[in-house]
Amino acid sequence: MELNTYQQEAFNYQKSNIEKFGKKNLFWVIFFLLWISVGGYSLYLQISRGHGVTGMRDNVVWGLFIVNFIFFIGLSYAGAIISGLLHLFKVSWGKPIVRLAQMMTIISVVVGPVFILLCVGRFDRLHHLFIYPRLQSPMTWDVLAILTYFVGSVLFLYMALVKDFAVYRDANMNIPKWKQKLYKILALGYRGAASQKRHLIISQNLLAIIMVPLSIIVSSILSWIFGMTLRPGWHSTIFGPYFVLGALYSGCGVLIVAMWVYRKMYKLENYFTDKHFVYLGYIMMVLAAGYGYFTFSEYFTNWFGSAKWDNEVINKLFNPEAYGWWTLFANVVGIFIPILIVALPMTRKPNWIALVSFFMVIALWVKRYLIIVPTLETPALPMQDTRMEYVKYSATWPEWALTFAGIATFLLFFTLMSKFVTVVPVSGLEESEFNHHHHSNNPAVEPAKNA
Amino acid sequence: MKEQEINDKSRRDFLKNVAIATVATAACGSLTCSCTSNKTAVSEKVRLLSPDGEIVEIDSAYLNHQEHMAIISKLEAREGIAGKKFVMVVDLARCKNARKCITACQKWHYRPEETEWLTVKLLKDSEKAAPYWFPKQCFHCDNPPCVKVCPVDATFKRQDGLVLIDNERCIGCKFCMAACPYSTRVFNWNEPELPVEIMKQQYSAETGIPAKVGTVEKCDFCPDRAREGMLPPCVEACPNGVFYFGDENEDTVTNGDETLSFTQLIKDRAGYRFLEELGTKPRVYYLPPKERQFPVERGYENLPDNIKARFKDIMEEKAK
Repeated sequence: MELNTYQQEAFNYQKSNIEKFGKKNLFWVIFFLLWISVGGYSLYLQISRGHGVTGMRDNVVWGLFIVNFIFFIGLSYAGAIISGLLHLFKVSWGKPIVRLAQMMTIISVVVGPVFILLCVGRFDRLHHLFIYPRLQSPMTWDVLAILTYFVGSVLFLYMALVKDFAVYRDANMNIPKWKQKLYKILALGYRGAASQKRHLIISQNLLAIIMVPLSIIVSSILSWIFGMTLRPGWHSTIFGPYFVLGALYSGCGVLIVAMWVYRKMYKLENYFTDKHFVYLGYIMMVLAAGYGYFTFSEYFTNWFGSAKWDNEVINKLFNPEAYGWWTLFANVVGIFIPILIVALPMTRKPNWIALVSFFMVIALWVKRYLIIVPTLETPALPMQDTRMEYVKYSATWPEWALTFAGIATFLLFFTLMSKFVTVVPVSGLEESEFNHHHHSNNPAVEPAKNA
Repeated sequence: MKEQEINDKSRRDFLKNVAIATVATAACGSLTCSCTSNKTAVSEKVRLLSPDGEIVEIDSAYLNHQEHMAIISKLEAREGIAGKKFVMVVDLARCKNARKCITACQKWHYRPEETEWLTVKLLKDSEKAAPYWFPKQCFHCDNPPCVKVCPVDATFKRQDGLVLIDNERCIGCKFCMAACPYSTRVFNWNEPELPVEIMKQQYSAETGIPAKVGTVEKCDFCPDRAREGMLPPCVEACPNGVFYFGDENEDTVTNGDETLSFTQLIKDRAGYRFLEELGTKPRVYYLPPKERQFPVERGYENLPDNIKARFKDIMEEKAK
């Protein structure tokens, strides 16, 4: 597998990350595993004692789990759309970040669905989804959508990795035999022959063309689990695009944060440059404006229309004694501040952008909570129940433990993957005007020819 | 022609069965006592009053046991009772929140005290409107939002109009609960505590017994009793005849005391369906609380404190 000088340098620079695991990483892996084991214990409790250990009850039938499901699955769709579009439009500055986006795609599509399974009362009957499927149900659509999407995103990531696997195979690295062998198998005998190149690029193009609309479709289907019901705050025609935009937006934020973390951890300043933060920041700003616009449309039409049931939910969202402060947080931290920080040249810096992205991601998680819980707490008939846990949802520690276990799994996979593949893809890398390489004397303006 | 015959026959059967159920109630005060009577006991004739006002003599062996004995096939439980179209009419003018319906329902279905398939709400439609008691069970909608969203066909609509749940198929995703606009469905959050003999009983979607952890359940209009010609326990237990249960095909509903024409009743009393605008087409009709038989306070004063607390807000507001 031949690399040009720039790509070779990029590989040499990152080689040690694959060769050595490092004490720091080991610490994190153990830390994540501990979190996951706490989650495992909670799961055991939930299975052995029933869903009574969660805060979910007959009115609020779904809680943190479905919020996490929407959140993670959204990240996945965002990763696929972002990497797909970067690929299709041949965005040369996007090359170094494609891998991160695709890692996010694949990891979240593994973590996300676990959370919808946690909402299911009978694990032992999951096969019923396949032996008694009912196509009328949005839940069945979602099962089909996620499975299709899963296959698509695995292939998409893999196709993008083949060339790199060939590089790792040929690199003569100081790695254990099994790893060497695995690279050899995964490289599929890729040697960079003209026909191989052509086939690979066609496959990648096709997959990108499939994955972008597929992500939009599956994201909409996810929203229809809620949109297809008759409940205020859910039964909305804009729910499909609203969820697509929310997914893209939060995914963009996670991508920025991941970029910042890896840049620090592996000193990748030459690949994840300041410009990358600024450019992704611009994309984030546009998405923020779009998401804000959708949110405003939702709230405004419901409030102005002032139908009784709709207004009950709106009143809860804006009442400081109910969810008012959270709504404020979700919209200020989740929409206004990111726009402001990127808009002002003074704060248009990697650290600032990463910081607001981090809080924006949290705010978007809260936003999903605000979409799910207040609506479920507002049935058409008054609850008239004296059991407080039935009236108002409050997540229990097993739910939080499993939530953090999900986040830990997400981070664990990121850590492990960054030890298996280079975070910046090397084979397709192009030197662009803002990748000032520290060894280069003359920053090349011309992009590399081989792609 | 043939169908007409069948309908006529089933109509007669139904009326006969209703009569039996009614007289059984009349004879024993409550059907619970018939549970103790044994079919193999020395048969004796009992003279009872039929719904038509005639005195009839019936062999006591025909009085039905209060047991969940209708063991029918899974397919039958999914198809429903041929020729029937069950319907219920709830007379809001008569309800005083006596809560006998709830107790009877809980008992028949072995439900724990706090899990109510049938519940009584206190509704107040607008600021100036007078509050009224509103008994609510499953509406068995003809366009059921719950059935639409079930991913595994665990909840289904039958030809006799009933919406039932097969809790041996239910995966417990709770989508139906989120979709039901009437908060009808309840979930078994923990392992249900049931008597041993009930635990052992063969499950049928028509009885909903035994309940299973991690699955959804709800009011089923007691089709097992309908097969035996009995009225649901809520209908029988109501001291004020609030609930009329019957068959839309026969155009007959009865509350145990009187048997009326369904269409006539709806017409005369301006029957309506709750939240008609949602398009779910409920099979439960309400008669507006006009010319009420009881002041609303009657259903509040003597309640135990924990239940009183449910309605406190509205009652206190009214007292002002």
